[in-house]
Amino acid sequence: MIYAITIYGEAGVFEALPKDRQDEVMSGHGALQTALKERGKFVSMKLMPPTSAVMVEPATSEGKPPLITDGPFADTKENFLGFYAADFNDLDEALNYAKLISSPIARLEVRPVAWAGGAISSE
Amino acid sequence: MSDWLEATFTQQRPRAIAALTRVFRDIDTAEDAFADACLKALTVWKQDGAPRDPLAWLLATARNAGLDSLRKSQRRAAILSRHNGEFQPMLAETLDPDEMRDDVLRLLFICCHPELDRRDQIALALRIVAGLSVEEIASGFLVKPKAMEQRITRAKKKIASHSVAFETPNPEERGARLGEVSLMIYLMFNEGWSTSAGPSQMNLTLCEEAIRLARLLVALFPAMGEQAALLALLLLQHARRDARIDEQGKLVALDDQDRTLWNRTDIAEATAFLQKAQRINHRGVYIIQAAIAAAHACAPSPEDTDWALIESHYAALHALQPTPVVRLNQIAAQARLHGPQFALEAMESLSEDLSNYRWFHAMRGTLLQEVGDHQAAIAAFEAVMALAPTVPECVAIKDKILISKKELGHL
Repeated sequence: MIYAITIYGEAGVFEALPKDRQDEVMSGHGALQTALKERGKFVSMKLMPPTSAVMVEPATSEGKPPLITDGPFADTKENFLGFYAADFNDLDEALNYAKLISSPIARLEVRPVAWAGGAISSE
Repeated sequence: MSDWLEATFTQQRPRAIAALTRVFRDIDTAEDAFADACLKALTVWKQDGAPRDPLAWLLATARNAGLDSLRKSQRRAAILSRHNGEFQPMLAETLDPDEMRDDVLRLLFICCHPELDRRDQIALALRIVAGLSVEEIASGFLVKPKAMEQRITRAKKKIASHSVAFETPNPEERGARLGEVSLMIYLMFNEGWSTSAGPSQMNLTLCEEAIRLARLLVALFPAMGEQAALLALLLLQHARRDARIDEQGKLVALDDQDRTLWNRTDIAEATAFLQKAQRINHRGVYIIQAAIAAAHACAPSPEDTDWALIESHYAALHALQPTPVVRLNQIAAQARLHGPQFALEAMESLSEDLSNYRWFHAMRGTLLQEVGDHQAAIAAFEAVMALAPTVPECVAIKDKILISKKELGHL
């Protein structure tokens, strides 16, 4: 089963950490990436801050193009920051891998993937 | 553990101090209340874990702490008199993003008090909004902590005596505040980037804090192209930090920089913000400057730079901002397109306005070297030396003088 490990946190907090704490977080990511690489294919992304986003909103009426807006007010609460996805034997295994990147500045969600295409595929 | 929480406090500070300043109508009370709340968070969050909405928690706690200490303090009467007797209620559940952005903008605008000189405005913003310690700010400005402390205290007194409207500003007023605050952030970065005097050319703390404040404006005003462009501009400059000074501490000109040292992450992010800004607007001083910086950033070498595009951007910038410095930059781009002789002639009209501007003489010296007039080049470089250049600039200029002297020796 493919599981996605998604990362939520507040944009900018990582950058406000002292250098050695940043290194601590990054070494967890390094360990996870090395471990996943050994297992096979995986996908991972770190997104730019939410303020860099532009929104494509549904068209207001039929036949109209979708509405492009400059993005929502950046929430001061948690944001979607990035994710990993890989094939794991079971939930327990996925959780064990997720623990590698656990830190006080992020909340992780481990969630089964219903369908995957592209670089990794569920088919 | 407290490292992790400090990072959250740093991130929340501008919004929190801004909202608390509206609640208490007094910056000192707001700062004390926020400090109390952070102290409380250190014990409570360690015990119960951090709340989902740290800002709401800090604000509610700080408000109570502030009210508590006011009850015991003699300042109560003075501060209460600004509220017609009663404090505004502020409930944690009703954090209104519109109100929040006006609060933060107001706080930054208060720091831009017109009677303060620009460096004091910047120091005040670093102290109050960014929460830097007096020691950190002093080292940013290369002054003694004691002197900085006095300056900040004096500046705080000045802004306390000046009343700023706490009502929601109208769109025109909001625009004016945003312009003033953006300029202050831009100058904060420049202050760090080319530390006006002294042994170091860069003070990265000031640059990084300016970028953080620019990010804050983008978060609060996502529909403003100029603020997205300001962030892009600062990131593009900052991307060159490691290439700008060599191992001997010499300032390295853009052309001679090792472009593999440019920070690609910063450039990528800046490009994203510039593209977003250009969807909104093409004509703005920060948008044009960011577009110029982006043209440099995406060029693999000085020769592969689109100088015609850069020249046209400077022409557009000069139409908005007809200053001699912008014109000088336009001429620098023209030198690439039409040669050094053309540029030297074009510069003549600026010689009076820019007689005290180091870069005017430095650029003139380099162009004179290119046309082989080394006698005049030496005179131009000596004019730079007479205008108190920074140490890294000195080293670079002395090198150039030496080159011209050698050339003359050969003749």
